[in-house]
Amino acid sequence: MASILQLHNLKKYYASQKAVDDISFDIEQGSIFGLLGPNGAGKTTLLRMITGIFYPDNGNITFDGRAFDPENDIIKIGYMPEERGLYKKMKIGEQAVYLAQLKGLSKTAALEKVRFWFKRLEMETWWHKKVEDLSKGMSQKLQFLITVLHEPKLIILDEPFSGLDPVNANLIKDEIYGLAQRGSTIIFSTHRMEQVEEICDHIVLVNLGKKILDGTVADVKQQFKENKFSIKLAGIPASVEDKAYEIIDQRANEFIMKINEGYKSNDVLQHFIGQDITIESFNEILPTLNDIFIHLVEGTKSVTRAFEKQS
Amino acid sequence: MNKIWIIAQREFLSRVQKKTFLLTTILLPVVIFGLYGLIIYFAVKTADNYKVAIADNANLFGGKIESKDDIKFEFVKNETIISLKDKIANKELDGYVYVPKDFDASNGDTISFVSGKTVGLMNRGEIQKRIDNALQERKLLTSLNINKKELDSLQHGNEIKFATVEGKEENDAKAGISYGVGYVSGFLIYIILFIYGTMVMRGVMEEKTNRIAEVIISSVKPFQLMMGKITGIGAVGLVQFIIWITLTVSLRVGLVLLFPGAAESNHALSSATHAMAEVKNSGAMNSFLGGLSDVNFPLIVGCFIFYFIGGYLLYSSLFAAVGSAVNEDPQDAQSLLLPITMPIIFGIVIMTKAVNDPTCGLAVFGSLFPLTSPIVMMARIPFGVPNTVPYWQLALSIALLIGGFLCTTWVSAKIYRVGILMYGKKTTWKEMWKWAWRKN
Repeated sequence: MASILQLHNLKKYYASQKAVDDISFDIEQGSIFGLLGPNGAGKTTLLRMITGIFYPDNGNITFDGRAFDPENDIIKIGYMPEERGLYKKMKIGEQAVYLAQLKGLSKTAALEKVRFWFKRLEMETWWHKKVEDLSKGMSQKLQFLITVLHEPKLIILDEPFSGLDPVNANLIKDEIYGLAQRGSTIIFSTHRMEQVEEICDHIVLVNLGKKILDGTVADVKQQFKENKFSIKLAGIPASVEDKAYEIIDQRANEFIMKINEGYKSNDVLQHFIGQDITIESFNEILPTLNDIFIHLVEGTKSVTRAFEKQS
Repeated sequence: MNKIWIIAQREFLSRVQKKTFLLTTILLPVVIFGLYGLIIYFAVKTADNYKVAIADNANLFGGKIESKDDIKFEFVKNETIISLKDKIANKELDGYVYVPKDFDASNGDTISFVSGKTVGLMNRGEIQKRIDNALQERKLLTSLNINKKELDSLQHGNEIKFATVEGKEENDAKAGISYGVGYVSGFLIYIILFIYGTMVMRGVMEEKTNRIAEVIISSVKPFQLMMGKITGIGAVGLVQFIIWITLTVSLRVGLVLLFPGAAESNHALSSATHAMAEVKNSGAMNSFLGGLSDVNFPLIVGCFIFYFIGGYLLYSSLFAAVGSAVNEDPQDAQSLLLPITMPIIFGIVIMTKAVNDPTCGLAVFGSLFPLTSPIVMMARIPFGVPNTVPYWQLALSIALLIGGFLCTTWVSAKIYRVGILMYGKKTTWKEMWKWAWRKN
């Protein structure tokens, strides 16, 4: 698959800090890409460079095979920033059409697209409502609609599920999958690791302005696995201990263990089979992204940096 | 360019379609003229007659005090203080002056005026003036021993006519009208800068606090958003002014038709505005009309529109920059606004001087300096181009204003671009200065 977006050594320095310090990565067309990082890691700055709001101090961006040209490429990008909102006093339908026009659609095209998406997301009756009359979840849905209605090649969503109930969150999730299937690429920025695990194909973790992790979700998990297994037995065996592993936890006849260096999972199984005890289940325990995230970020200065940015 | 147009359209329509816009635009002149009409109505119809009895037992006034308009002096005989007081109680009289028989002004005796109710300031002044005049005239007549006609001829002053070197006779009224027109136009520009400038600022603040700024900035350049807003609100201002002017003119015509007598007393009423006072002094309506035709109205209107737009563009981008730097707290805006409002107020100060002396150095400086020129130049232009304002000054002023506008917009756009995406901390002028000169 071809890359839709390539970042080459992007740098953006502010007077007080290096917001983005030499970050490069590729995003494949049609993939769902997770951009992760603690507060103040530089995610927003990075996204603003990808959307043409900021110019990088250094490095360059290739979009859709050519050098990124914010002026003309903007219509191919849909960005839902973390700091988002709408005109409170404006009617929803008019507002959606207006924002679509600003993207570069003609008035008739904008109207057509907005009608289509309002119907699709079951929002037709909202047309004449004002944003101030909407609940937070509803306006979130509207915000999503505005971001994707021109079916851009690249969709950037910063915390898209905040404020949504599970039903609407699922609706949006399905739309995201649908857009990806139809060829759009999605960059998904969040702190919610369980969502990343569920949705994303590929992730990049940034901290203190630098990329510290890059790979598919499965690869990353393999990379950080600690050889932990859980085994469930039919009864309590006579001899539990063995040199092949260490028991970390025991719950009735289920054991969590870590296999020692130089041994394989078969050694464990042989130990129990040799005692003629039935093995009900045996699974490898992979670390969650949450664990990996905390493991990598904890202890760095990222927390202090996040505060510095605020003050 | 196309996107600026889309933004301007929205800014314009969203404001014009509001009920408050219709209310302020149409109702305001109606209310003002309603009040104005009411005042005229009462002034014309119910001239409140104030009757004063003069019991002049010492023959101090010689039986003559000029009664005029609404104050009537009436000489009475064989009245005592008591009988006069009764008449006041019966509302036959409003007040009286009792001069006893042995009254002697040289002895330090004073005339006292007694009234039923407290006399208003205006009437008090009138009564004082009338009595003084009567006393003075009487004294002059007796001490000089001449008749009234001779006295009148002595008192009649000489009229001075003003003319310019070119030999054109200057209408007295013209100076007055120039003063009035200059003052009003300068003041209007001042108000426009404030009203529409703060409207731009509030619009920007709204976008920032609503958090829609970044959504829009991801589709259009910050500069386009700022210019679209400025253009849209400027158009609102122009439309509002055109409506006001048409309404004012048509209402004024209507007013004259409704109260045929009003036109006359109109001038008396609005004598607060200097121009009208001048008209009154010069006496005749003819010279007023002559003065009007001397003032070059097409030029004034043309210049007004130019300085309106120029001044608005110059300042509104500054207001936009301040709006972008402010966070939720409107209090912050106050302190950041000060450096912008200072030159506007400075302009109005120079303007009040310029209408009195349109060729003095300060007025010339003020009308060239782009931050004050919209206000000050509009005060000078009615005095005549090229007599008072030479062509080169007008041209330079226009050029400097355009240059100033380009300059403030350039600086503001840079501040705006950074400010609109900054949340959380309070911004200072020092930081805004840094944003303005930072590359990218």
